[in-house]
Amino acid sequence: MTLNTDLKAQLIAEFQATEDRLNGASRTPFFQRKKEALLTFEKLGFPTIRHEEWKYSNVKGLINQGFDFHAPGQVTAADVDALQIPNLEGNVLYFVNGVFQPELSVVISPENQLLILNFAQAAKQFPELIEQHFAKYADYSDNAFTALNTAFAQHGVFIHVPDGAMVEMPVILRFISDARVQNVASQPRNLIVLGHRADVKVAESFRTLGNNAAFTNIVTEVILGEEAHFEYYKVQDESDKAYHIGTTHIQHGRASQSYSVTVSINGGFIRNNLNLVLDGERCDAHMYGLYLPNERQHVDNHTLVVHAQPNCESSELYKGILYDKSTGVFNGKIFVKQDAQKTNAYQSCRNVLASPDASMNTKPQLEIYADDVKCSHGTTTGQLNEEAMFYLQSRGIPKDKARALLMQAFAQDVIEKMRIPAMKQYLEGLIVEKIGEI
Amino acid sequence: MLKIENLQAAIGEKQILKGINLEVKAGEVHAIMGPNGSGKSTLASVLAGRQDYEILSGSVEFLGQDLLELAPEERAAQGIFLAFQYPIEIPGVSTVNFLKTAINEIRKYRGQEPLDAVQFLKRMKEKMAFVNMDQSLLSRALNEGFSGGEKKRNEIFQMAMLEPKLAILDETDSGLDIDALRIVAEGVNKLRRPDNATIVVTHYQRLLDYIVPDYVHVLYNGRIVKSGTKELALELEEKGYDWIKAEVDAVA
Repeated sequence: MTLNTDLKAQLIAEFQATEDRLNGASRTPFFQRKKEALLTFEKLGFPTIRHEEWKYSNVKGLINQGFDFHAPGQVTAADVDALQIPNLEGNVLYFVNGVFQPELSVVISPENQLLILNFAQAAKQFPELIEQHFAKYADYSDNAFTALNTAFAQHGVFIHVPDGAMVEMPVILRFISDARVQNVASQPRNLIVLGHRADVKVAESFRTLGNNAAFTNIVTEVILGEEAHFEYYKVQDESDKAYHIGTTHIQHGRASQSYSVTVSINGGFIRNNLNLVLDGERCDAHMYGLYLPNERQHVDNHTLVVHAQPNCESSELYKGILYDKSTGVFNGKIFVKQDAQKTNAYQSCRNVLASPDASMNTKPQLEIYADDVKCSHGTTTGQLNEEAMFYLQSRGIPKDKARALLMQAFAQDVIEKMRIPAMKQYLEGLIVEKIGEI
Repeated sequence: MLKIENLQAAIGEKQILKGINLEVKAGEVHAIMGPNGSGKSTLASVLAGRQDYEILSGSVEFLGQDLLELAPEERAAQGIFLAFQYPIEIPGVSTVNFLKTAINEIRKYRGQEPLDAVQFLKRMKEKMAFVNMDQSLLSRALNEGFSGGEKKRNEIFQMAMLEPKLAILDETDSGLDIDALRIVAEGVNKLRRPDNATIVVTHYQRLLDYIVPDYVHVLYNGRIVKSGTKELALELEEKGYDWIKAEVDAVA
């Protein structure tokens, strides 16, 4: 099969074909919402570096490659064994090239606490919830990738935690791109709805098999009911030929809490958008991030916190170590609306350039329209502390080990935030592998 | 054990050491005194292998080896230990983990088996008592949030753990009150053996009340301008450094 290298035209044609096939069924509100998104995508086109939000992240290399969006992948039980996270207890769901694999997945939490459905099933079984929430929060008016994902929303997962339910076991979504045969692409779409005082931990983990290019364009929308508690972990350990563009949107209800940790261990090109809207009083949101690009990898974290109501607190700590010729971007926007008095918002981004050829672009953006707020931000980018290196070496620790020890200590701040113990161990292992054995 | 000949070193364009000659034998304690800016800390740093300095000329022989050829970690493995004037805080690295890594790296260099957890803990318990080191400090990140006295005590604790052949104490007394000074000095004294040696770098005589030197050298303007026994330190305490400066400047 020859792959179309005009990605935009290819996708528009695919959408058209689906619409034709659906015939009368295309008039459902669900489909109409997708169609609107497609029209927006058509209008926007893929962003260039002239777009302010994409200034340092050039997607040209991505859109000039051909991708098969429908390659099924051939992930066997043996492959899954090799991908396993040791000692992980929880609800583990596998997706191959974006498509849910029930036979590889295990759900252990009781259904009255945790309802997990395939996205298309949910559209049939819970049309009112889908109608109420789907594509209502992840804004695509100026984001071509979110528009595209919305237009093609079909695979992915719908998670519902009802009022008062405390889900003990975490939900781990494992997205495997099987690029062993050809260039593959997937567009998972997740919708997570937490009721009043509901509580759940959700992790998204991304892996690639094979050496062809793999493109993931994922959107996860999370809606938190009043006083809900949500923990969100995103772990990226993909190949150097993997492109990842992801948006996670968390919509906070009154007095709800979110806690997010984004760890980018490996991947060719990564763009993570994490958007939080604190749309109720006394919300609490904490965000942590760690990225360790090497070679020519690129990691871009864009965070947005909208303080829409009074008495909320948000804090943010992102840390990066950049090796070789890698590049990094951190763009942290805090938007405090006029009504959001007594806002506390903190942001910090710290980077170590482990090579003279690595580079990091940081941009804190504060827009404050209320007058009684506390906001602070700080970014640092520097080299490894030479004094600390000498101290360790003078005690007999060889240079390479001393460097690895300091890098791991630097990363540890964020790794500590991972509250799923088996995943924390898994991350520590990946980090040792990437930045050197102590 | 240590033989320094005509050692000259510079930082950037500025020459700091202008020809140091010093010989230290096993079992000896040498004090290096001198006014601020005379090059005392530079000498300590050059011996430990700090990269910021350029060696212009001269040689340093340690146990028959050319010390200047070795990386800092190799010097440590050969038995050099520098107690820092300003110990670094290293967040995220626990003292225990750090010491275990250091000890086992040194053992590896020497072709010895690593210490297992039990042996390591045993040695740690024993050495902690040397300097009244509190267990809770060890579980914290290296020097992070330690008081000045705790940092210095931690240096001597590390010295006890690593059992160096030549310990160089760089202004270990600075910032210590009299009780902490006594504890640190007692620790150093307990570690003295006929087969190891100590160089005490200090501005003041008071540390030498506790760690009694065999020889005292006065460093001024990058050279050792006077050497003597412990009485020289007392004389300096009494008269200050001006008379030595005057003597040297008169000759020049």
